[in-house]
Amino acid sequence: MGRARTIARRTFLIGSAAILGGVAFGTYAYRKPYANPLTGGEAAAITPYVLIDANGVTIVTPRAEMGQGIQSTLAALVAEEMDLDWDQVRVMHGPPAAAYYNAAMLADGVPFAPTDHGWLAEAVRGAMAVPAKFLALQITGGSSSIPDGYEKMRAAGAVARVALVQAAARVWGVDEAGLTTASGAVIGPDGARLSYVDLAVDAAASDLPDVPPLKDPSQWKLLGRSLPRVGMVEKCTGTAQFAGDVRLPGMRFATVRMNPGLGARMVSYDATAALAMPGVERVIALSGGGVAVVANTTWAAFQAAEAVEIVWEAAAYPVSSAEMRAQIAASFVADTVDATPRDDGDVGAMTGEVWSAEYSVPHLAHATMEPMQAAAWLRQGRMDLWVGTQSPGFARKYAAAAAGLQEDLVEVHTTVMGGGFGRRAEVDASVLAAEVARAMEGTPVLVTWSREEDMSHDMYRPMAMGRVRAQVANGVVTGFDFATAAPSIMQTMAGRLGFPAMGPDATIAQGAWEQPYGFANYRVTAHRAPKGVPLGFWRSVGASQNAFFHESAVDELAHLAGADPLAFRLSQITHEPSRKVLEAVARMSGWERGRPEGVALGVAFCLSFGVPTAQVIEVSQTDTGVRITGAWAAVDVGVALDPANIQAQVSGAMVYGLSAAVRGEITFAEGRVLEQNFWDYEPLRIDQIPDILVEVLQSGGKIRGIGEPGTPPAAPALANALFALTGTRVRDLPLAKGVRFA
Amino acid sequence: MSITLTVNGAPAQSDLPPETPLLWVLRDGMGLTGTKFGCGVAACGACTVHVDGVAVRSCQTTLGDVAGAQVVTIEGLGTPAAMHAVQAAWVAGQVAQCGYCQSGQIMQAASLLAENPAPSVDEIDAAMAGNLCRCGTYPRIRAAVQDAARRLREV
Repeated sequence: MGRARTIARRTFLIGSAAILGGVAFGTYAYRKPYANPLTGGEAAAITPYVLIDANGVTIVTPRAEMGQGIQSTLAALVAEEMDLDWDQVRVMHGPPAAAYYNAAMLADGVPFAPTDHGWLAEAVRGAMAVPAKFLALQITGGSSSIPDGYEKMRAAGAVARVALVQAAARVWGVDEAGLTTASGAVIGPDGARLSYVDLAVDAAASDLPDVPPLKDPSQWKLLGRSLPRVGMVEKCTGTAQFAGDVRLPGMRFATVRMNPGLGARMVSYDATAALAMPGVERVIALSGGGVAVVANTTWAAFQAAEAVEIVWEAAAYPVSSAEMRAQIAASFVADTVDATPRDDGDVGAMTGEVWSAEYSVPHLAHATMEPMQAAAWLRQGRMDLWVGTQSPGFARKYAAAAAGLQEDLVEVHTTVMGGGFGRRAEVDASVLAAEVARAMEGTPVLVTWSREEDMSHDMYRPMAMGRVRAQVANGVVTGFDFATAAPSIMQTMAGRLGFPAMGPDATIAQGAWEQPYGFANYRVTAHRAPKGVPLGFWRSVGASQNAFFHESAVDELAHLAGADPLAFRLSQITHEPSRKVLEAVARMSGWERGRPEGVALGVAFCLSFGVPTAQVIEVSQTDTGVRITGAWAAVDVGVALDPANIQAQVSGAMVYGLSAAVRGEITFAEGRVLEQNFWDYEPLRIDQIPDILVEVLQSGGKIRGIGEPGTPPAAPALANALFALTGTRVRDLPLAKGVRFA
Repeated sequence: MSITLTVNGAPAQSDLPPETPLLWVLRDGMGLTGTKFGCGVAACGACTVHVDGVAVRSCQTTLGDVAGAQVVTIEGLGTPAAMHAVQAAWVAGQVAQCGYCQSGQIMQAASLLAENPAPSVDEIDAAMAGNLCRCGTYPRIRAAVQDAARRLREV
């Protein structure tokens, strides 16, 4: 214990030059955001990712947990190289810091920039000149956490292990070559053990390798296995702390009510009635247009917010979904071409009868289970912010501005998130909490949005349309001219987050241009429709609409050719991992044996975020409508680090995609969103979802992330199954508009 | 005017207005944050608690409604050190993803199993259909309810 106290009194950093990929961060002093009651907030930090204090080893994850299990897998990468037992591992979110920038977002440009001229590529070139801007790229998204962390988290663990082994060698006066590690301790040749906790101080003097040796995968004990998730017990006992669960002395509870005309301002307001309601303390005019109400309970704040009389300014976009759709439909013209990311052969060579079809998808809300919420406390010239965020760097930057503080006076505590799906890459919840905290200086506030406010003030998945002209001959596609049109997410985001929106928006054609079909004449054209309502990243981004357009069209062509839809795809894909996932779902679903009358199968395929994904959906006709009675998926992630978690991600992403496909629709009328809550924007429920089987393949290629790829094929697989069942092709989502579901 | 009730086996009282939903009495008045706010209109089930042993949506149950009643929240069902069988089944089945809906799911499942110790799959689906999960954990919920039923029968 004496040794532990020695550690507790001092703070150490062991150098951090060992980040693979050619990036050295130099000396970086890391401090825990929460003071450890046993150590007085002091601990030894070995690399920005490994912290050792009297209680043991804590692994700091640079990406945030929103249900995707990323904390567990990132921690396992470090723990594997350190030879920690899984039950010895503690995990915490990293604070906003340069050390935690997302290298895969830069290297791969996922999900933003598959071409060198994409927006992110341009933005990053600009950002490279100003290192501080790295902060802004500490983003959890784009299925990039694992590609980003695979090397560097293992390297962080390996460096820490080397440091600890060297320390033990010095303590014992022996050669380090004879030492091994196991279960969080260094083991001497005679079997003696020194725990990492006891070695942490001495490890500070170790000489660290630039490129630490990594274990061969054949030696892995944690990676490649399905591990119990970090935080599972907390989430099953109500003890996990979401942002809304932060409680501080004297805390007040607040809510916001913003202009239903998105982005427009408030002309005037009258809070007389609201202020007379029990428990209501203050009504605050927000700079962005709207009010915040501060009360003694969230419910009192909700009630009072409704009682504020407000005159709103009108929004600056078309007033209805029909007008927005007309704008998009009018965008299939030459001067709106944003990019032509694929142009194989010559689609102009199609002559004679050309098959064509038009598809559409509506706006969608993210509708995370946890509505937007954040806690903030501004006092003594600084502010703490508790928020579940996919981008803590942005959250700090914009919350600081809202609070009138320098960024370094704002501390962001990233809590676990009640779902993200892209919604929590936005900073609005943080900014509004900061504004309220500023007005309530000295008093901690929790700002919770009502579900209605959350639903009607999202940054939506864009409405989009696809038009396909194609020909088939001798059972194969001889021409495939795919055009897709949507407003630019990046363009609306640029206005919110201050980036220059340069170059084409690669998300418009995402999920279409990179498909591995070998059609001889194959063109993908992205059209940029006019900017309208605020748009954001919605799980799988552009692939969420383009997979529906593309895979519906391929299915239609299969039927046109008189071919089996699954065999038709296989006959035109040579990319081996893609073929394997299709073959896997064929086997899993019993595709070959077919189904009796009243039951049918549909298949879809999409390569997104580098992951080939195939899905089969079974639908059955019942007296009360169509039921989804079977679901199978196969993915290839290159290297599978945690198979059960990957299965959970694919299965969950499929449910997310099916919910949107069946009933998901956000409708604008008179400039505002009509849908308000789960009764009119209703996700699928347990009695509508069958058991889902997922097979995880490993081609051994580049490792890929899996948060998003399970979503894109879900809608077309279901639509294709419905066609097989009914003979009616539904080309416009949501499907429930044309089909009765049980 | 103070209203008294029993929360997780202990006497409790609240001075909040009687029309205040139990959800907010628990969360903001008593600091019991395990019960979650999801929709406020009984459409998602995230706020499910037990009142006199029956699962209710606490966003639609007022403080006045529960005067003198026995309220059990997720914190009272079990603790990390001593989990209820449903919680143990949830952990064993690795059900939770984001976890936000799971307090409500677990309270709903515990109520179902108290009434029906051996529910069929259709009965599980019917009982759990009021509880939304945006992460799509439904297949694991279904399996965990069956596992919990087995665990409860073996006790």
